[in-house]
Amino acid sequence: MSETGRFGTPTVDPPDQLTERRRALPVSALVGARLPSWAPYAAGVAAVGVALILKAALGWEGWGTSFWTAALLFVIGFTAWSFSVEGRRRAKDRLASTLIYASFVAAVVPLVLILFYIGVKGFSVFSVTFFTNSMNGVTSRQEGGGLYHALIGTLELVAIASVIALPIGIFTAIYLVEYGRGKFARAVTFFVDVMTGVPSIVAGLFVYTFLLLGFGLRPFGFAGAIALAILMIPVSVRASEEMLKLVPRDLREASYALGVPKWRTIIKVVLPTALSGLITSSLLAIARITGETAPLILLVGYTARINYDPFQGDMATLPMMVWDQLGKRAGTTSSDLTEARAWGAALTLVLLVLILNIGARLLARLFQPKAR
Amino acid sequence: MANTTDTDPMSGDRFETDPMGGDRFEIAARGVPGAREIGELEPDAAATVAHPGLTPDGRPAEGGVSGSAVRLGDRIFKALAAGSGGLLLVIMAAIAIFLIWKAIPAFTQDTGNIFTTQSWTPQATPPYFGMAAVFFGTIISSIIAMVIGVPVAVGVALFISHYATRRASTVLGGLIDLLAAVPSLVFGMWGLYFLIPQTQGFQMWLSTYFGWIPLFKNQTATTPEQYGKDLLIAGMILAIMIIPIVSAVTREVFLQVPRETMDAAWALGATKWEMIRTAVLPFGRAGIISASMLGLGRALGETIAVALVLNSGYLINWHLTEPGGDTFASTIALKFGEAGSSPVAIAALIAAGLFLFVITLVVNTAARIVVARKKEFTA
Repeated sequence: MSETGRFGTPTVDPPDQLTERRRALPVSALVGARLPSWAPYAAGVAAVGVALILKAALGWEGWGTSFWTAALLFVIGFTAWSFSVEGRRRAKDRLASTLIYASFVAAVVPLVLILFYIGVKGFSVFSVTFFTNSMNGVTSRQEGGGLYHALIGTLELVAIASVIALPIGIFTAIYLVEYGRGKFARAVTFFVDVMTGVPSIVAGLFVYTFLLLGFGLRPFGFAGAIALAILMIPVSVRASEEMLKLVPRDLREASYALGVPKWRTIIKVVLPTALSGLITSSLLAIARITGETAPLILLVGYTARINYDPFQGDMATLPMMVWDQLGKRAGTTSSDLTEARAWGAALTLVLLVLILNIGARLLARLFQPKAR
Repeated sequence: MANTTDTDPMSGDRFETDPMGGDRFEIAARGVPGAREIGELEPDAAATVAHPGLTPDGRPAEGGVSGSAVRLGDRIFKALAAGSGGLLLVIMAAIAIFLIWKAIPAFTQDTGNIFTTQSWTPQATPPYFGMAAVFFGTIISSIIAMVIGVPVAVGVALFISHYATRRASTVLGGLIDLLAAVPSLVFGMWGLYFLIPQTQGFQMWLSTYFGWIPLFKNQTATTPEQYGKDLLIAGMILAIMIIPIVSAVTREVFLQVPRETMDAAWALGATKWEMIRTAVLPFGRAGIISASMLGLGRALGETIAVALVLNSGYLINWHLTEPGGDTFASTIALKFGEAGSSPVAIAALIAAGLFLFVITLVVNTAARIVVARKKEFTA
């Protein structure tokens, strides 16, 4: 029967069973003619073969044209073959399957390409110097320099933003799950959704008008942290809400039945039960804002120096370092150096985000039985 | 002690307890008489206690259960929780108010028409600028992203929910989610250094053979190097960026399709595609629409990736393979540096932010309404 796993994936898949049973059955008059199971592979090999022959015959440059020709040949040829043997309905089915598989490949290929490309480009500049030095005094024509200042800035801003946003996010989630009823709760739910859609640059502009224009201040780190917190709150609320909803109602009721007050029930029963989920959701929320660039352009600026003080002066961050180095690339003869540093900083940023993401998911996997 | 006033135990309203009674909740829990009046039960607390004021054997307790949301700790906790929620509303209101307030100079001092002018020189005297070209760029790049991204995302969602095996679908779903975690800056760099050079040939081919459609015609370029950095590329990058979010939401909806509906289709002898077309897609339609609109909201507000791959240019140009174009978000990021200390230029950027805010607000609200309707419908 239809059982649903934790991620909502069906544990039993009748369609597959059906296909298998169909395969096991002897071909009878009741079952129409079917293509053999190796048909897709044969069609694929044939399509690639024809494309290669065309490439050789017509002298196509590069592999792009051949690839698309092969893909197109496969789709048309295979569908036509199926149509002639199995009829219209099965041909349609095969076409749909092909397109669905293709769309998945189309989504994964860019990811692999991006990670591979940035890995190759960025790894070449990785060195001890790169991680322990700032860019202070390093011109765009010089070798050396590093991202220490930017790494410090990113870590500080993300830490401050988390300290501001996570408690607000988790408390809001607690309100929505444990207390929320009526108009106010509905308004909060709605505005959490709306806030999720606020573009990062708009959040940045808001903090700019509010803090920098309002008080006549120069860009400083904390302003950026506030903008990041604004972006982080809705993500944190949504994810924490889901985690709190997973806590079985029986646990709460058992606690109430013992006469434990609601707030102690939440602190002693609900939160510990959902703890791993909350940590996961918080890590994902942190990962979501770590790579954010747009608000930092307006609020934090960039400096080549190490600045530990988030309340005073421009601060460097990894995204802004990439932005800065990319900006300096134009027109200089030694653009390779700045470009390489930009890729190095970008790779560091991606690694940071991926570690947070994968860590969060592993943690979720690790504690999964407990969450049930 | 035990100066019990007249209490209706069933209503669980008021109780009297020992003024000295140290831990009130323990006393109350045991039904020990003599609890002092603490306050009124809140409605939801009453709901959590099935029979307030009754001992386990159904006899009205003298002191009664005092409920759970009446203590000081409870009040503070609830206030904290509700306050956090309230803070969210305050932030949203503040964003709207501050953007409108600080954008006023842009509306009053602009010598062009802020809606129809295709130019961006707010720091000049007199300031002359308008949102027409920016609006065009934002909408067109987002539409391209939707046209490419949504079908692929729906395909990905179908693949993960109905084609891949269970184990594979978990892993592959996680892989797609990783795509969502890649910072937009990295998408922009990749677009600039990889996608643009790799697709210049394709764009030239498009312009040469499909140039009879004005959208694809590049009137000036003669070599592949003159292509790229146009709205088409921006749309492609945005498409890649919205695929994870759209497919994640759609996938969730597809997984909720009632088994009975699908089984009914199977039982009638449907092929897999017929089952999907007749059972899965109709059920998921609202989900697809709202997911697409969420993706649209994302695409509209994307800043850095677009700023990196577009050649700035403030003219409406329907030839999408010709370099140029700008969006609200990229304008704010790119023009902020040169806006400097000119108050009108800053106000112009804030006005652009306000426009963007309103557009994304409308799109997101519409998406939520679609989802809410669907929920009502199925419930």
